[in-house]
Order: sequence, then structure tokens, then C-alpha cells
Amino acid sequence: MSKAKLKILTSSLAGCFGCHMSLLDMDERWLELADLVELVRSPLVDTRSQSRCDIGLIEGGLCNEENIHLLLEFREQCKILVAVGACAINGGVPALRNRYSVADCLEAVYLHGLNVTQPQIPSDAELPLLTDKVYPLQEWVKVDYSLPGCPPPADAFFQLISALHDGREPDLNYVNRHFD
Amino acid sequence: MNKQIIIDGEVVTYRPGQTLIQAARESGIYIPHLCYQPGYHAIGSCRVCMVKVNGRWASACTTLAAEGQVIDNRTLEVDAHRKQIVQMLFVEGNHYCPYCEKSGECDLQATAYELNMQEDHFQHLYPHRSLDTSHAEVWLDRDRCILCGLCVQASAEQDNKHLFTLGGRGTATQLLVNSSSGQLGETNISAADEAVAVCPVGALMKKQSIYSRRSGERTYDKTPISKLEFKA
Repeated sequence: MSKAKLKILTSSLAGCFGCHMSLLDMDERWLELADLVELVRSPLVDTRSQSRCDIGLIEGGLCNEENIHLLLEFREQCKILVAVGACAINGGVPALRNRYSVADCLEAVYLHGLNVTQPQIPSDAELPLLTDKVYPLQEWVKVDYSLPGCPPPADAFFQLISALHDGREPDLNYVNRHFD
Repeated sequence: MNKQIIIDGEVVTYRPGQTLIQAARESGIYIPHLCYQPGYHAIGSCRVCMVKVNGRWASACTTLAAEGQVIDNRTLEVDAHRKQIVQMLFVEGNHYCPYCEKSGECDLQATAYELNMQEDHFQHLYPHRSLDTSHAEVWLDRDRCILCGLCVQASAEQDNKHLFTLGGRGTATQLLVNSSSGQLGETNISAADEAVAVCPVGALMKKQSIYSRRSGERTYDKTPISKLEFKA
């Protein structure tokens, strides 16, 4: 294999990290992938390269301003951006809050929550502001491919990455395009 | 005498009075559909069964088969349109498959799989819809309702209870319950009713029977709906 290794970025925004667990679930196939790809920016490795990447695998939707800033940065940095998992595709479980206002959510948890002793809504400048709704990635940036599932099976990651490496159009087979 | 139409290059015989989907089914040809079910009146509302008849769009559940028809069914063009319709159904409601009790048994989800839908494409509406858990045996989750009207027909004609109707207009259309409070708890619906069984999605669900099959062992986990259509 003389092709250059694909540079891959991964990130979890408003997600649970389950998709990253599934990515790791490729087990020994990572040995095979190690010849094809290199993780250059990911919570799974120590490096945080800002250089251009071939593929960005983004888990989770967008629930706060930091998520959106990061996503815009990833879109700039990556040639191909992939929405990974249900939350990245339709907001998923975090989007359950979309039927309530942000104020109602904050008050329910921090003012009226069970066992709250000093009711106050956190307002530290370090905390990212919550968005009005939880958004899927496609409502903020162009998404090139999607891996459905909660999480997508390890096989789906493998099918996608190896197809992109080989220059083939990724195509998920039936059992790898499930929504749950 | 049997007459003939052509669906995707295949000769299909029909009897006068049959719709395209009825003729196709008798020949073992799958035309994707959601609001149509055999044994029910076709209302042609979901548009998933749209086909091209001699180059013109028509819903297969409401169009009568007629001599000389050449029909495109599972072509790239027709399936691409169908996928967009299913995507619109997804964004119009709140369809969260990961924790839905109907997942793996849901015709909407299975039709999305069949059409190779991998994302929702359109902007999500995230509508605010109400949940009715007032009945002991059955609950109604309007987040998942696709307004196919099958339960309306089933309750009126098969269960003889007339418990449902569709009310409101446009995106505000919703399934209404025929009781003074509008709640299921006041009705005589039963978990054994056809109205519950016919629901293609997880809108009308039997209580205490959920998650009864493991992931991997459910109806559509390994086999596409197009292959299961003619098994029953």
C-alpha cells in the first residue's frame, strides 16, 4: 500500500462517547487500519493537530456555543465530514429538551431539582452558553456522509473508512444502517 | 380474462378493478407503502407508493391498473423521491429510534432502511406533541404518529368502536381520541384491538409488552421489509 495515510479527526460534541466506544470496538481491525489511517486529533490520542485532515468523524449534536465553534472549525479542517450516530444526525436523546425552553430546563434542574440546597443557575463565564435547541450537525454545516445508529456498529466505521481510503463511494450494507 | 401491465420490465397480470399495488402484490412485487395496508381502503396520503405510470407520477394504492401501463417502481429516480418523502415524515415528527419501543418492528424505520436512508436531510421541526398514557392497556405517543389513518379505519370498521379521527390542518394535524376528555383512558380501547395492531409505527402501543425481543432478533433487524412483505 503506497497511498498516504488518511488523517482522521474525531470528536464528541453533545454525545455520550458511545460512538467512540464503538469505533474502538473494531478491536484487532485497528491493526489493519493503522497502515491506512492516522488519528491526528481525537480524544483517543494525545495529539491535537490543527493541520488539514482527510476525514472528521463527529459524534453528538450541538447543544451549546462551544459545540458550534468546534464544529465550524472541524468543517474548515476536514475535507470530508461525517455525522456519526443518532445524535449527530437528528439530535438524539439530548434533543428531548427541544420541547422545553432553556430557562425551564435550567430552572427545573438548578432551582427546583431534587436535593438542591443552594438554588442558583450557573453563570460562570467559563461555561458555554446553551443553544435554544439541540441541533443536528446538518443544520449548521455541510455533512458529507452519515453513519446512523446508536451507536453505529464497529463494522460501519470500518466500511466507511476503508471505502474512503480506497477511493470508493461508501455504502453501508443492510445490518450496518440501523437507527438504534 | 386477465390483463397485463409492465412493472420495472416485468409483465404483471391484473383483474379489472385492481389497483397497481394490489396487482403488484399478487405477483410478489414490492411497492413501498405506509398508509396502505391490504384489507384497508386506500387513501393515498403518505405518497410512499408513488410510481411513474407511462412517465407520470401516480400513487400505486389509488390508481387502477389499466391496459398499456408501463410502470417504474424501484428505479433510482422513484426510490430517490420516496426516500425524500420518508425523510420528511421523520423530520415532521419526533422519531428517536434508539429508545423507541417499536424499533426493529416499525414499518417507517424499515421503509427508511429499504430506501437506504442514512440521514434526515431536511430541517427538523421538533414539534410539540402530546402523549396519552391514561389507558391501562394502550398508550398513544403522538410524537411517532405519521397520520396514516389506519387506526381510524380499523377502530371504525373492524373494532366497531370509532375511537379515532384526524383533526386540525397542515402540520398541526393530529390523531384525536373520541372521548369527552380526548383521553384514551375514557375509551373502551383494548390491547387486542385491530387499531393497535395495525399501527405501522410506535404511536399506538400495548403496555407491558415492550422490548420483548432483543436487538438482532426483531422483525426488520436482518431482513428488509421488501423480503418480508409476502411471507405472512
